[in-house]
Formats: sequence, C-alpha cells, structure tokens
Amino acid sequence: MVMQAKHAAESVSLKDLPDANGHFGPYGGRFVAETLMGPLEELRLAYQKYAKDPDFQAELDADLARFVGRPSPLYHAERWSRKLGGAQIYLKREDLNHTGAHKINNTVGQALLARRMGKKRVIAETGAGQHGVATATVAARFGMECVVYMGAEDIQRQAINVYRMRLLGARVVAVESGSKTLKDALNEAMRDWVTNVDDTFYIIGTVAGPHPYPAMVRDFQAVIGREARAQILEQAGRLPDALIACVGGGSNAIGLFYPFLEDSDVAMYGVEGGGEGVETGRHAAPLCAGSPGVLHGNRTYLMEDRDGQIIETHSVSAGLDYPGVGPEHAWLKDSGRARYVAVTDSQALEAFHELTRTEGIMPALESSHALAYASQLAPTMDKDQIVVINLSGRGDKDIHTVAALEGIEV
Amino acid sequence: MSRIAARFGALREQGRKALIPYITAGDPQPDVTVPLMHALVEAGADLLELGVPFSDPMADGPVIQAACERALKHHVSLTQVLGMVRRFRETDDQTPVVLMGYLNPIEVMGYAKFASAAHDAGVDGVLTVDLPPEEAHELVDSLKASQLDPIFLAAPTSDDERLRRMAECGSGFLYYVSFKGVTGANRLDIKSVQQKLAQIRANTNLPVGVGFGISDAESAAQVAEFADAVVVGSALVKRIAALANRPEDIAGQAPAIIAEMRRAMDDVAVTAVR
Repeated sequence: MVMQAKHAAESVSLKDLPDANGHFGPYGGRFVAETLMGPLEELRLAYQKYAKDPDFQAELDADLARFVGRPSPLYHAERWSRKLGGAQIYLKREDLNHTGAHKINNTVGQALLARRMGKKRVIAETGAGQHGVATATVAARFGMECVVYMGAEDIQRQAINVYRMRLLGARVVAVESGSKTLKDALNEAMRDWVTNVDDTFYIIGTVAGPHPYPAMVRDFQAVIGREARAQILEQAGRLPDALIACVGGGSNAIGLFYPFLEDSDVAMYGVEGGGEGVETGRHAAPLCAGSPGVLHGNRTYLMEDRDGQIIETHSVSAGLDYPGVGPEHAWLKDSGRARYVAVTDSQALEAFHELTRTEGIMPALESSHALAYASQLAPTMDKDQIVVINLSGRGDKDIHTVAALEGIEV
Repeated sequence: MSRIAARFGALREQGRKALIPYITAGDPQPDVTVPLMHALVEAGADLLELGVPFSDPMADGPVIQAACERALKHHVSLTQVLGMVRRFRETDDQTPVVLMGYLNPIEVMGYAKFASAAHDAGVDGVLTVDLPPEEAHELVDSLKASQLDPIFLAAPTSDDERLRRMAECGSGFLYYVSFKGVTGANRLDIKSVQQKLAQIRANTNLPVGVGFGISDAESAAQVAEFADAVVVGSALVKRIAALANRPEDIAGQAPAIIAEMRRAMDDVAVTAVR
C-alpha cells in the first residue's frame, strides 16, 4: 500500500489538480445545463481572484478564528489507543467548531465570497441538516436571505435541525421529488439556482458539483489538514503513518488529506457508509462498489443501475447517504494515492459507543465510520506509529437515531 | 443530408415553421409511446423530441420530473427507448426523431455503442441537457461518426463565444432555452427572446428552435414569427398526465393541443407570406 502511494505521488503532481477545466484525470468537469455555464465561469473567476487576495484571506482567517473557533485541537486519544493495543490515535476535533462540524469552514468561505460578488441571497442543499445549519448560520451572520432545500424524508428524520435552521431565519423547502433525500435536494437547489442565478449564490456543501466547486470547497476545508499537519509535527515530532476520514461527498476527508498529498509515506483511508453491508447492495459506498458516471455536474463514481439510473443509498448516517462522491476522491482512488473502504452501520454504532465511553467524546455517526475503521487498522500497527482521524462532527444530533435503534425512547 | 436538415429545408420552402412536441418515452406506460408519436405527427408535428427518462432530471420542472417518475416505475431504459424509435420507424421514415435527456444513461451504455444503436434504430439527433460543448467532444465525434446530429442548448446567459462554439460542434438545429429556469415555468418574455435570437443568428446559420414556457397556441404563434421551430414539452406532458389513468385515450386526446398550435402557427405563416 505504502509503495503504491509513493509511486502515485511521484508520477503525478496530485496537488496541482484540477486542470483548467476542472478535471481530476477523467473525473470532475462541468456537466450542467447551458444556462449555468456563464455563472460558473463568473464564480471561478471571482474565486480565483479572491483566493489570492490578502484582504479576503485576512477576513476569512479572522472569521475562522473568532466565529468558528479555529484552530480546532488535535487530541491524543491515549486511553482508546491503549485499549486497541496498536498505533497512537489522534483526533482532529472538528466537532468543536461552531455548529458542531467541519461544514462551517466551507460556508464561511463561500458566504464571504458571495458577499464580495454582491449576491444577497444564498441557497443550499442539505441531507442531515448539518450543511443547512452551517449555511443558515452564516446567512444570519451576514444578513443574507437563505433558502435550504431538504428531502421530505430527511425533514421527517431530522426535525431538530430543521427547527434550528428556521430559528436562524432560513426558509426550509421540502423536496418531494424522486427519493426525497439529499440527491433530490441537490437537484432542487440547482433548479432554484438556474432560475434565480442573477442574485443568488449556491453554497454547495461538499466537494462535488460542477467546477469550481470541488476545488473551492476543498480549499476552504484544507485548513483542517494544514492545522493537523502542523499540530502533529509539534506534538509527536513527526508526520503520521495514516490518515482516516469518513467519505460521503468527501469534504472533511479531502480537507484532511489535501495538505498531506505529497507526503508519500502518509497513507490515506477514506471510509464510506457500508450500510447493511456492501455485499447486500444496501449501502452508500460508490467508491467501493459503484461505477463511474455523470451526476450533479461532475463525472465521478456513482451508485447506479445498469441503465444509468441513480439508485437509492442506505446508511445509518444521513451525512453519508449520498449516491455520488467528490471527483477528487475518484481520482485519488484510481491513482492509488488513497484507499477507500466501507464499514457497516453496526460497526459504526459500536465505534460511536466505544469513543463516547472511553474518551468522553460523543462523535457524529458519520465520523464514527472513520473511528470504526481505525479500530480495525490501529491494532495491526506498532505502538510508535501514528494515526490521525478526522472527527468531523459531534454526535448530539444523532442521539435520537442511536436511541431508536436500541429501542430506547428519549 | 440528415432527416432534420431535409425537414427544415422543406419547411423553409413552404414558408412554414417547425412544431416540435416533446414527450417522455414510456410515460405513463411504455405501450402508449409509439401510437402517441404517430398521433402527434398526424396532429401536425414536424419533428419529435423523445425524452429518455432519468432519475435526476436537474433541468426539468415538476411536470417533466413527474413524467420521468411515471416512466421509471416501468423501468424504461435507454435500450427500450431505442426500441420504441425502431417501431415508430416501421411506418414513418420521414419524421425526424431527436432523443432528449441527460448524459448518464448514454455514458453507461458507452458513446460509440449508443451512437450506432441509435442510428440503427432510426434516431436523427441527440440533445443532452447536461453536456455543454466543453465536455462534448467525445460524444459529438461518436454521434457524427453515426450520422447523428448533436443538438445543443443555447441560453439567455450564452455569450457570442459560446454561441459560436455550439454552432461549430452542433448540427441539425440549435435549441434556444427561452429563459433562465426549468422546463414548464411561466416566464416566457417574447421581446427578450426575439432580441436574443438576433444575436444567435449572427453567430450561426443553423435553424433555431425555441423552447421552455411555450404553453398554448398563442405563445406558439408568437414565437413562430421569428423562430424556425417551436418546442412544446410541459404543456403537452400535462395533458398526458391528466389522462394517466386512461392510457387508451392518450393518443386520441393529448395531441389536440399540438393541432391547435399547428393551426395558429400556420395562420401566422400565411399572413407573413401575404
């Protein structure tokens, strides 16, 4: 595995991707209706300009520090590491950010960009509601009109986050089409954008969608990996042997991985939602068990049937319940630089309880997938080796799901 | 010459404009589609746009989304849609048929395999909503190798450079999306469409069809005054949806709206010739 990673890092300059047209190898690109091509180019140019603008960067850094609460700590989970009996495990504590997950790193960045572009209205799609809450939060902070599209099914499952968004002043629109989940919410947000493109900024929540979104969202999330890299060097005096993060659309994973891409001795593992088991077909693991296709503006691995229709996904974690994945992950998989695995709902739940009881940290069910894989990997490693896990969100939002699964009424 | 070019040429000689109805293949059930295609031609359609159902029709409004869902309940696949065209061709080898849909079903079948199967079935053109010219080279090459017309969408946001690029890689006709929005929305503004058409014509010699938001005989006639073709989707699909519980009546009743549009458009053409 490590040999393969070395080879990939030497043969292509992974950090320079995407190319000018937003391609990561054969993946990525811009597959949208013509009406959006002009606005996407306008967005790309604006992002390119402000990414290099010290004034914009200073504004972003200030908000990340004082509004989000960065840097987030890197925490050595000593008791859990001892229990597993292998590598030393460090947790990147994105759960301690304002609103409780990594999502806000990106929404702050995009909202600042929207403001510079003179857009007064922001829209977003959301599955579990975390990205919706993070968008509603920045919209409240910057005084922007905010509309969040959410599948009717998800609205039922995530009533508390729906209420949080409404408290923050957002309008939450129930999406009744298709499977009434995250992918349909994304379709509906795109339909809104194509209709209101003159005054509206679409804040996509993950590293998917048409160029420049996958690169832009990655850049806003890369603060996770930059901090983690500096923190582990300071705390342990060396780079980690492995990084682990869960992958739905893949924004927290790419945020952690990206600054380490050229550190060829650092292995990377993305953990997908294995649902009831990849072999059952009821899962959310397009990288492990899907095939390439085109959806939501980019070419990537998808959960699709042999006719090219998108199929329904299954995961206990609403944040992983998505049939596609960011195109950069598709490329990292094919190039061998990162490896993608899946853990099941029940393995993730077990890890949720394990971390809660061993370290006093209640992880989100999404992040619990990364933890579950760590509990398999760490024991195969030496005690002086290091694993960094992105603890992408806190688990408070999931306690009703966990309780229901265990037959407990809260 | 392709069937599409021949049809536009013939219409031009007659001083008439093309009427292009859109239906989703297999909506509300597969056996309705071929008889309905013939009935639409009977009612005055010059070309047919046949929608390939897709699970995630991002550019479509609620009417066509629902049509896709009805068709997908019957698992209507791209292969089956090609079968429908083949059956249509058994008794009509004149009316051009354009497939309209999203890229993924074509991507999964494979571009070259799709293009040759579509050609063999009797398809004339392919319009892929989510494939702008920048990403289209490979599919365009496959389509052209099988004598199929790649048809591109132009939008209110398309500038001269983009229009020229579409003119370069497209053939058959250019489809102008009349407003910023999804299919079936009520946002048609005749004046702005007319202005944009002048800009489009400065960049291409292809016939220009206008679609999105044309809902009745009056708007069809207005658009026909300056466009080469009028595309009607949601307004027709709405009639089909209303008859979903009586599929045996669809071919008989739904095309009435096309006949009305045909009459209104031809009245305009006659007036113009006088």
